[in-house]
Amino acid sequence: MKFAVLITLAVAASIAFALDGQIGIHDPSTIVKCNGKYYTWGTGGAGLVSDDGWTWRRGANLPRRGLAPDVIHIGDRYYVYVAANIGAQPKAAVNMIWSKTLDPDSPDYKWEEGGVVATSNGVEDSNAIDPGVFLDPNDGHLWLTYGSYFGYIRLVQLDPKTGKRVNPNDQPRDLAINCEASDMFFHDGWYYLLGTHGSCCRGADSGYNIRVGRSRKVTGPYLDPDGVDMIQGGGKMLIGSGGRFIGPGHFGLLDFGDGVQKFSMHWEADLDRGGASVLDIRPLLWKDGWPSAGENMKEGTYEIESVRTGTALEMAVEGVPVGGPRGRGGRGGPGRGGAPGGGPGRGGAAGQGGAPPAGAGRGGPGGPGGGGLFGGTGAPIPAQDAAQVSSKWPEGKIDARMANYLCQAQQKWTIAPAPDGGGYPGSPYFKITVAGTDRALAATDGGELVVLPAFTGGAEQLWRIEQLPDASWRIEPKGIPNSNESMALSAVGASSATLSKFDAKSDKQRWLIKMP
Amino acid sequence: MNYPRIYPFLHGGLVACCALLSVTAVAQSFGPTLISPTGAQKAPAADGFISRWLILEPIPANGLTDSAVQAIVQKDYFPGQFTVIPHDGDKVTVGDATLTWHAVETKLYNVNLYHFANALGKPTSNVLFWAVTIVNSPREMPGVRLAIGSNAASVWWLNGKEVAAIYGDRQTVIDDGVSKRLTLNKGANVLRAAVINAGGATDFCARFLDADDKPLKGITISLAAPGK
Repeated sequence: MKFAVLITLAVAASIAFALDGQIGIHDPSTIVKCNGKYYTWGTGGAGLVSDDGWTWRRGANLPRRGLAPDVIHIGDRYYVYVAANIGAQPKAAVNMIWSKTLDPDSPDYKWEEGGVVATSNGVEDSNAIDPGVFLDPNDGHLWLTYGSYFGYIRLVQLDPKTGKRVNPNDQPRDLAINCEASDMFFHDGWYYLLGTHGSCCRGADSGYNIRVGRSRKVTGPYLDPDGVDMIQGGGKMLIGSGGRFIGPGHFGLLDFGDGVQKFSMHWEADLDRGGASVLDIRPLLWKDGWPSAGENMKEGTYEIESVRTGTALEMAVEGVPVGGPRGRGGRGGPGRGGAPGGGPGRGGAAGQGGAPPAGAGRGGPGGPGGGGLFGGTGAPIPAQDAAQVSSKWPEGKIDARMANYLCQAQQKWTIAPAPDGGGYPGSPYFKITVAGTDRALAATDGGELVVLPAFTGGAEQLWRIEQLPDASWRIEPKGIPNSNESMALSAVGASSATLSKFDAKSDKQRWLIKMP
Repeated sequence: MNYPRIYPFLHGGLVACCALLSVTAVAQSFGPTLISPTGAQKAPAADGFISRWLILEPIPANGLTDSAVQAIVQKDYFPGQFTVIPHDGDKVTVGDATLTWHAVETKLYNVNLYHFANALGKPTSNVLFWAVTIVNSPREMPGVRLAIGSNAASVWWLNGKEVAAIYGDRQTVIDDGVSKRLTLNKGANVLRAAVINAGGATDFCARFLDADDKPLKGITISLAAPGK
């Protein structure tokens, strides 16, 4: 019961963020980037556009409206596949349109009709809606999956030069059943088929959830970890409802390089937005060859611990032990911690603490509350906050460094969205301040770190914090003074942090963000 | 459960015994890991650790916290303590004591100050060691880092500027404290360290890292500036 209470408190202390701005959408296409802007379209053809992937606004509608479009960029063309019922369901068709740009302000913005690439006749076991398009990185072949709950998810091959069917007379392959909103991608020797299970379009009562199977061949069979074929309803859960969000659906992969992947999707109901269907972007994690959904950064107060060294980021000030300095205790007679020790403990020595010693610093009886080296004080020691110990901290800039985590004030960081700081796909930029203060972590000229006396909003004080495939975090400044390089917080030594180019093969730039 | 302060007495006895034996066998040894250097210059091994140092016999000192260590190293002990490039056998007066600089070369990645002091019959606890070496660079090398580890606290200066410091009761860890990016001048660069020990084992290690955090290549180590 106590554990459950602690979990509740931890969740309450963190605030989850969905995307910002106008993010109302249903069945979004995979988010794609064009001329520095991010684009997606949903059912009905309504478009959303964003300059940074965090704050969205209404964009231009597609000229062909329909159900659940998908988009892919190949060469100098953006192909959009969009379905429509052409009679009573499940009679439907998927059409392709293309343009050289997605930017309506570009002189190249002109949509061309590409024709029908898949159909269902209303009787066969297929409903030709919800297209998902996939370019195989191994051989450059282009594939389209489509289908909804009536019958199978099907696969047909497209021509990457035209976006059209390679052979319209080829019989589609059946890949999965009992799902919709399919999509595919390739990762480390496997093809992955994503499908959305459950019911949509019921607001907070929607059971939508995204599941995945994998195959060595693009044509399947796609099995889940239990060996159940997706064509028999198999599929490992990738993401379901959670927190204040209900009903995830319509997976679309976003690959940022360096092994960093995310995915776009929609929630059937965001409870904080009145149950509206909204766009979201989540990190894609990997474990044992299976993807799962990660978390975007949540506001809170944390320890920031290096995966490489196990030491924690701290402002470089002299720490005060939580509860005040205690002596280490000398070694008295035989036995550990038995008779009083032979000399004063080190922490209690003159000039080594700053506050009066809380303990005698000598070996003594070891029972709880019994004092001495191991007995403690007999009462809970409150958490240390900055107000308790900051009177001796220097006023100006202070270095950042790393040390063993000892629950001290200079080791606890508050991570919070930076007002008007903009964002990146999935999250706002954050400020990172010593908890209980306005002292802000910042990048310096030359790619080093400093803790400024106050947050002033500069790009060097804004941090992009993203989950990596192993669920650790990459922490990057938005800007580095006098540099255009992209660098990440790096544990260059056990006691030393810096900024350096991200290396996906190293643990130097991987961090654990833990509740203090 | 770690009681590092129990074994120094036992360990020290063993080391002292070994030191006596080795003194009879090799005239210029400082315990089992340190010998007198030969030759004017030496390139670091592939792992980059600097093996050749001039070390002053220990000075009594007490304190490992940030403020205590800074107070210790900023105290005036002898003339030119932040500028001198000593020679093997040079002597300085600190308080009532006459202390000698010794040229040493370690057989290991680290310099064992316990071996050093114990072989000389000097105290190993609550002491300050000064160490100096010359890093010769064939060209100006920007973007490199000094990476050090020490037992216990230590402060490091390159060409007179403090570039790294680690505090507290700690053991030597390779690349524990790493400087910000710095520049090695073409020619001689003076690297100076102050290591403060409270009790028990005491040692340090140091190397330079390149822009990829790999051991820096192309430098040599000497105990005197070229031509001196």
